[in-house]
Amino acid sequence: MVDVVEIILTKYNYLIYIALMTIGFYGMIGKSNLIKKLIGMSVFQYSIFLFYISIADIHGGTAPILIEGEKVTYVNPLPHVLILTAIVVAVSTLAVGLSLAVRIYREFGSLDENKILMGLKDE
Amino acid sequence: MSEVVSDPISTIISAVIYHQPVLLIVIGLVGSFITPVVGFIKKQLCNYWAVLITFTQFCLSLSLFYHAVRYGKISYWLGGWEPPWGIEYVVDILNGFVLVVVSFICFIVSIYGRKSLLKEIEGKEIPLYTLYILLSTGMLGIVVTGDIFNLYVFLEISSLAAYALVAMGDREGLIASFNYMILGTVSACFVLLGVGYLYLMTGTLNMADLSRLLPALYDKPSILIGVSLLIVGFSIKTAIFPLHTWLPDAYTHSPSAISAMLSGTFTKVGVYAIIRLIFSIVGIGYFIEHHNIFVFFSWVAGAGIIFGSLMAIAQEDIKRMLAYSSISQLGYIALGISLANTFSLAGGILHILGHSLMKAGLFMVAGAIVYTKGIRRISELEGLGRVMPFTMSAFLISALSMIGIPPTIGFFSKYYILLGAIQAEAWVFVGIILFSSLLTAVYFWKVFEKVYFGKNDVKGFEEAPKSMIIPTVLLAVLSIVFGFLSPRIVDVIAVWINTALGVFT
Amino acid sequence: MKTDVGKVDGKENGTQTRKAIKRGIILRTNAIFMVPFILLWGLYVLTHGSSGPGGGFQAGVVLAAGVILYAVVFGLDRAKRDFPIKVMLLIASIGVSIYAWVGLFALFFGGNYLEYGALPIGHEPAESSELGIEMVEIGIGLTVMAIMLSIFYDFAHGRD
Repeated sequence: MVDVVEIILTKYNYLIYIALMTIGFYGMIGKSNLIKKLIGMSVFQYSIFLFYISIADIHGGTAPILIEGEKVTYVNPLPHVLILTAIVVAVSTLAVGLSLAVRIYREFGSLDENKILMGLKDE
Repeated sequence: MSEVVSDPISTIISAVIYHQPVLLIVIGLVGSFITPVVGFIKKQLCNYWAVLITFTQFCLSLSLFYHAVRYGKISYWLGGWEPPWGIEYVVDILNGFVLVVVSFICFIVSIYGRKSLLKEIEGKEIPLYTLYILLSTGMLGIVVTGDIFNLYVFLEISSLAAYALVAMGDREGLIASFNYMILGTVSACFVLLGVGYLYLMTGTLNMADLSRLLPALYDKPSILIGVSLLIVGFSIKTAIFPLHTWLPDAYTHSPSAISAMLSGTFTKVGVYAIIRLIFSIVGIGYFIEHHNIFVFFSWVAGAGIIFGSLMAIAQEDIKRMLAYSSISQLGYIALGISLANTFSLAGGILHILGHSLMKAGLFMVAGAIVYTKGIRRISELEGLGRVMPFTMSAFLISALSMIGIPPTIGFFSKYYILLGAIQAEAWVFVGIILFSSLLTAVYFWKVFEKVYFGKNDVKGFEEAPKSMIIPTVLLAVLSIVFGFLSPRIVDVIAVWINTALGVFT
Repeated sequence: MKTDVGKVDGKENGTQTRKAIKRGIILRTNAIFMVPFILLWGLYVLTHGSSGPGGGFQAGVVLAAGVILYAVVFGLDRAKRDFPIKVMLLIASIGVSIYAWVGLFALFFGGNYLEYGALPIGHEPAESSELGIEMVEIGIGLTVMAIMLSIFYDFAHGRD
């Protein structure tokens, strides 16, 4: 029992990212509105960014700027750089998704997935 | 590079050869961003520009493959930083082979696409060809890179271009593209997570460095999670059986030339990533000694082969039938990987070449039929064999190659996988391979019967224009030519396979 | 100078017009002060990316946000007149070309691709590396601003 509490207190970043990822995943699959699916996709992607940033952190670490003659404990900057790239990718994917949603709305007149599929079946 | 300069031409050529891994990508990126400028001048020039850029990429890939075979592995340091501090581009025999296949299909489809895409997508040439060149460059980037995060970035570049290209098809293409986007984002996020776990445990992102550092960490659960996430992520991209659901809609409702290009290249790049992960980065020792996924993977692949063939028999739309047939053929390649001996791996890698040629040719035929009359249902294809002789004979040769009739390349790749299954004493899979060849014959015979033995009242059909026939027939002829050359190709690939399988042959 | 803020639901009702003018005046006055400072702050974020949070992509988004605020307050037509779509696409191409050509210049001067240390600017490789990165960031910022604006123009409708 003490082990579980210890794990929750020290490794809470992993639990947070898994919780966010599950929420985002549910949003992508369980909701039928296209915009809600896109929001779920965004939450899913951002949870992974939180994971990356949280593994880079060091207790008592500061920004990775070297000062002459001082020993600086700095946070690992490489995951931050990786996440900059991944954020750009996530924003681009969201932009493509929103453009698709706008075009689907103009074409089919509805943003609800079930209504669109019903409309297709009737044709 | 030497100090003594003999004459400008040879310095330029030697500079190009020294920098060719990165020129492959840079020419594509610069070309795709100059396409709007070309299009503002005159819209028809966009296609010729795309043909030029993909042809340059094809020539560079051929040169890279030749150098990799002749001189060994090529390594290029981006930005001058030595790996593992910097990103490096590595080309060895497997890389070079997949590079040549992907760039060749992109080049041929761009020639074919001039008339076909013009008819299906009117007036949108500038975004279409920008995305086309970007997709081609992204896929070549996935193959040529030697850094695992760079692989993720190029994977997303090519996926985004693919989503937008699929959405340019007919009305249902928008929904197909949306579904494809959701599933593709899930797969890319799993890949990112897997990369994150591997980085967390080893501290490096370079593939060669990972393969050196990972064997010491084999028994940690984080490595298991990371590798599983990576394999699942790449399997969604490759459309291996239970994770294939985006593929039929995306291939059916996208423009015909884009279906031809996607079917010939995009899934192959996913298979390349899986092969690279299993054999080069993580090393086959992990899967044989610690967590044996090969048994499970081979059963999943076998199920995919049967599922794809059975669903293809039930289809009425020719493009949808070809899409389910793709799922079945990708199951063959996955079976070749999971049986993990020399013969089956050689058969799987040869099938990368073979399936690209055959399936791109078949989709080009479907595109030619859509171009002349605009129909896609098999029941309406009566009697086409008389009116479109060249197109339908190309269809005949490609279909015979898919069924596996000698001496085409389809026969040789299935033969090698069969030999591998016999050597591994997996008799169930021998049965599955033979049975699915029979099923393939069934669903292609449906089309043959209508086309060659149908009624004679074909009105309004004419032969497709020359710019569409020549690439189709060329692909069909190449599948026979490479069939004859396949023992030589396998000898070249076997050099890489022996180093990859190492002790466990 | 006429701005399209005075009609609500097409009719000039007494209290509604007054509310609309009040809304318009507050927004317009604030935006007149805020937009130049947002654009200036975007440039600051662009050039100080190496010593604080920032860099090319963030700066591009901030610059685009400034122009989007201008478009929302003063009307989409006015924004399309001052920041036209075709010029935006041209700027996007120029930004990516800056990135690609800086890398190619490094090729011409003997290094590998994007090896800033080989460029002939600055006195030593470290300094030319720094200057090369700044040039590339400017290119990235331009492209991101142009693309964000063009996405906004695609989605926006104005008062139709």
